[in-house]
Amino acid sequence: MLLIGERINTGFKDIKAAVMNKDGDVIKEWATKQAQAKADYIDVNLGAVSSRPEDLCWMIEQVQAVVDTPISIDNNKPLMLKEAIPVCKKPPLVNSTTAVEEKLNELLPIVAEHNASIIGLVMDETGSPKSLDQRIEVAGKIFAKVLEFDIPPEHLFLDPIAMPLKFMQDQASQVLKAASQFTLFSDPPCHIVCGLSNVSNGAKHKSLINRTFVAMLIANGLDAVICNVLDEELVNSILTAELIMNRSIYADSYVEAFRK
Amino acid sequence: MTIPDVKERWTNTINEVTIGATKEQGGTRAKTLTVGGQTTLPFLTFEGALPHPPVIAGYVADTVPDWPEPLKRAVGNEINSPAEWAQKCVEQFGVDCISLAMIGADPAVKNASPADCARVVADVLKAVKVPLIIWGCGDDEKDNLILPECSQAARGENCLIGPAKETNYRTVVAICKADKHKIIAEAPVDINIGKQVNILLQDAGFDLKDVVMFQTTAALGYGLDYVYTILERARSTGLKGDKLMAMPQICDVGGETWRVKEAVADEDILPGWGRLEKRGPMWEAVCAASYLQAGADILVMAHPDAMQRLRKTIQRFLP
Repeated sequence: MLLIGERINTGFKDIKAAVMNKDGDVIKEWATKQAQAKADYIDVNLGAVSSRPEDLCWMIEQVQAVVDTPISIDNNKPLMLKEAIPVCKKPPLVNSTTAVEEKLNELLPIVAEHNASIIGLVMDETGSPKSLDQRIEVAGKIFAKVLEFDIPPEHLFLDPIAMPLKFMQDQASQVLKAASQFTLFSDPPCHIVCGLSNVSNGAKHKSLINRTFVAMLIANGLDAVICNVLDEELVNSILTAELIMNRSIYADSYVEAFRK
Repeated sequence: MTIPDVKERWTNTINEVTIGATKEQGGTRAKTLTVGGQTTLPFLTFEGALPHPPVIAGYVADTVPDWPEPLKRAVGNEINSPAEWAQKCVEQFGVDCISLAMIGADPAVKNASPADCARVVADVLKAVKVPLIIWGCGDDEKDNLILPECSQAARGENCLIGPAKETNYRTVVAICKADKHKIIAEAPVDINIGKQVNILLQDAGFDLKDVVMFQTTAALGYGLDYVYTILERARSTGLKGDKLMAMPQICDVGGETWRVKEAVADEDILPGWGRLEKRGPMWEAVCAASYLQAGADILVMAHPDAMQRLRKTIQRFLP
């Protein structure tokens, strides 16, 4: 399971202040904490705080000053990515593109050139699909386009897009079915990823919903997740779901061993 | 139409474990022996690296094992002296290292003392210059007494010592850390316990890069298929990135084969099964060849003919 740590995001007040004041310590601290929690990628999101590539590069540099975990660049602007990707010491994950033709044509050459990976959000000009068939169609479009640019399937992370359970209850089961279908696109399959927190948006029992949903997603082929990697209960559920799916080998101390 | 590339791409490498220490390294071995380092399944060299082909360890015991006559004859009179037996293994049978089993220490066999065992280790180390693997007798309580002495006697020689089990791993870790040896981690045909033992070794502060896994061994006809699948699964799991399962693996083929009726009983008891003299070593060789393909890195062998067959098989599998 690939864990993508979501915490370095200017949506959080401390990160926003850190970027505005160029206070690298806050970012370094979250990078270290997430790496210690076994994040496989550390997501870096500049958000709307700035549109200057150097600010995004500065954030990446802060992370890389303390850990060697690969970066997930939370940005979809070609100009920003062209500057930010070369700063990354390891091939990064670009988070993300939609299935909009124009966007794919802009981003995929950059991804291919740098041997990077990319998250493909299953949505297009019309927004997120509501039906299973539409989801598969949109995902198929991204998948075909990725192959067209000679990007190997293992560099694509398809995100079926979780919808808030509280407001769109019927969508969760559609997302699960879609994830399972995406695994059939190729062998070996592309990655299936999910920005998890969306499912619990606005809800009272956020972490319970998150960890229940992630376990169900794993049963349907999910192998990467953008989440709070410091949420131990969540990560324990992920470890356990992977055992239940026989993707890793059980040992009595599997939880403790993960945290070693 | 281009043929699609179906090569498996694994993300992890199996640990490289080196045993033996030369003079410069604080030991007295003529050379060291390294196993592991693979980046793909056994012998699939078109897919990945196989830097160290599997090796043959010559079975030697402190006491003459309860073996059938044809095997004892094949080893020769030297079977009565561990040092001479080891020498013959190296000089005439061409083994890569010696696997010394302290079966005589078992309270049910001869109950040999820790000092006796240590003397055997010292004698064998003096007699041969290849790296040494040292096994206790399998009785936890007794092993806790003999292994520290054996380890001391081989201090600095970078031996592979075991077995470390769920029940006795603390002692084995302590002595191997003190005397700088590597560990054989044993689990009874159970991949989950296998992983757990590795976790325990790691928790006790032992570097898993210095561990060889022993999933126990079953002779052909006595559960070989179970052990085979465990070796295979452990290997693929290690290659997929589970660092707790990325160790080289050892199989005690000689020690197991010569206890089963197919390798022990002659035609008078098994009419139509062919002469034991020929059948026994074949049984051992076939068993070893199977484990070779499951992911065995060190094969402990007893009969010189079986060793020769296995060596040929390994050569044939290499590019």
